[in-house]
Amino acid sequence: MNKIYAHPESLRDISTHYCPGCGHGTAHRLICEVVDELGIRERVIGVAPVGCAVIAYDYWDFDCSEAAHGRALAVATAIKRVRPQNIVFTYQGDGDLAAIGTNETIHAANRGENLTVIFINNAIYGMTGGQMAPTTLLGQKTATTPSGRDARLQGYPLKISELLAKLAGVKYVERTSFDSPAGIMKAKAAIRQAFKNQVEGVGFSLVEILSPCPTYWGLTPQQSLTWIKDVMEKEFPLGRLK
Amino acid sequence: MKRTADKILITGNEAIAEGALDAGCRFYSGYPITPQNEIPAYMSWRMPQEGGVFIQAESELSAINMLFGASAAGARVMTSSSSPGVSLKQEGISYIAGAELPAVIVNIMRGGPGLGNIWPSQADYFQATKGGGHGDYHMIVLAPASVQEAYALVKEGFYLADKYRTPVMILGDGILGQMMEPLLKTDDRKYKKEFKKGWALTGAKGRPPNIAKSFYMNEGVLEKFNLKLQKKYSSIQSREERWEGLFLKDAKVVLVAYGTMARIAKAALQVLRKSGIKAGLIRPITLWPFPKKAFNTRAPKTRYLVIEMSYGQMVEDVMLSVSDKKKVSFLGRSGGGVPSEEDIIKRVKSLR
Repeated sequence: MNKIYAHPESLRDISTHYCPGCGHGTAHRLICEVVDELGIRERVIGVAPVGCAVIAYDYWDFDCSEAAHGRALAVATAIKRVRPQNIVFTYQGDGDLAAIGTNETIHAANRGENLTVIFINNAIYGMTGGQMAPTTLLGQKTATTPSGRDARLQGYPLKISELLAKLAGVKYVERTSFDSPAGIMKAKAAIRQAFKNQVEGVGFSLVEILSPCPTYWGLTPQQSLTWIKDVMEKEFPLGRLK
Repeated sequence: MKRTADKILITGNEAIAEGALDAGCRFYSGYPITPQNEIPAYMSWRMPQEGGVFIQAESELSAINMLFGASAAGARVMTSSSSPGVSLKQEGISYIAGAELPAVIVNIMRGGPGLGNIWPSQADYFQATKGGGHGDYHMIVLAPASVQEAYALVKEGFYLADKYRTPVMILGDGILGQMMEPLLKTDDRKYKKEFKKGWALTGAKGRPPNIAKSFYMNEGVLEKFNLKLQKKYSSIQSREERWEGLFLKDAKVVLVAYGTMARIAKAALQVLRKSGIKAGLIRPITLWPFPKKAFNTRAPKTRYLVIEMSYGQMVEDVMLSVSDKKKVSFLGRSGGGVPSEEDIIKRVKSLR
């Protein structure tokens, strides 16, 4: 019999701490599948964020660094410059990458660092209890926008990927979505491209993933996927931005 | 110690950069701020000559977190800044201490608080020696008093950082950074020693994965880790206290000053001795660990005059180190003011 599906070697065979229906477990796995397929497990160094994925290194079976909140791309820049032979990636949420770490994000991108960035956009702060994120949609209720995000008070959802795509140092940006199995397969292809780019020395590559957070959206896992498709994707259109 | 070249005339800032390179520093990241700009400028052309990495970071936050990454990847690393910039680095220094990563951080102090001014100051003593960032940690703090010593202590700083897996701060002031003095470069075998860094992130080839982190979520684990850190700090305290002592044998009044301030105190000391006053000097070289041993061997009647370019910070450590704190007096100026030789002489005479 032909084996067509197996547990990735780079992913530890343990339960995660993520909530039911959360997208992080899926994203972790896709990264591990790509790392295995490219045969780079012994070269890869991951940088974990502060946020729900803070202990991603407990699930990944390769070298990893922690980074202070927002500073993943500063940490990754230095690791890659010191060890250019390694494959270095950051894994960051919307608060980490597009609020407290916006400066590091823009400047690492603008320097054209040969890095891979996996950006999980779930439009909310998960770990701290569902506060407004820079990517929170207008009208979306959160712990700190109890009446819904109001453009007059909190501004607009930040389209960081569109901003980054304008920079000369950036080589590849694609927005994908975990709205369906087909969406997950497209996300995997984009992650693969972003890692392949680094292996081939192409330069700064970022994959944004619209990812469900049923707990703080107040929806079931099934409803969350519908909300991504019907609401989030209207604000954050899918596809290759660069 | 072997002499490698003839004397060169160089600023304190440049001597710090050159000392770092001679100690094998191969990663520098920093952000411009006066009065330490000569360090990044020097590193920008000298570091590539040594095959290392120089990055002008977009902020102090980025610079210190780059240091975290480069150190985790196994390089000898340094950043430099001045007071407001070092305040910005505090969170990152706490992470570096928490992840037990070796790193050298230079603070060429200027006047504060706030934006203050660019004149010399020693007002960051508390920040440097009492932790600075959040959590229970310490840095080794080295305080050079000359260009030659700045060069030497940076090299020593890299050695201590690797030996104890800890951040080390070089604490100077604007005068030390800016002044030029002759420097004799040395070639010391001690600093060629490569420390084994089995913990470094190099890719998990033929070994279990390495993780650089300071996060210990499960109950009791962080307390256990902090106790391990405290044990390390005790070991540093018992082994690494350093100071210079002058005329201590018969001294009735001991001047206590560090860095540039100690240079001025030394000049006052010569005058006092010539006029028949039995004065001496203790110049702490390690500010953390504070050289308590220099004090606890003195006669109980000895008086101390602590002189600082601040309104009294190190004086607290002196009080903790002597048997009778009533014997401790203080002379200080801040915000760019520097106590003069005459100020010191006048004050010593008033003590008698």
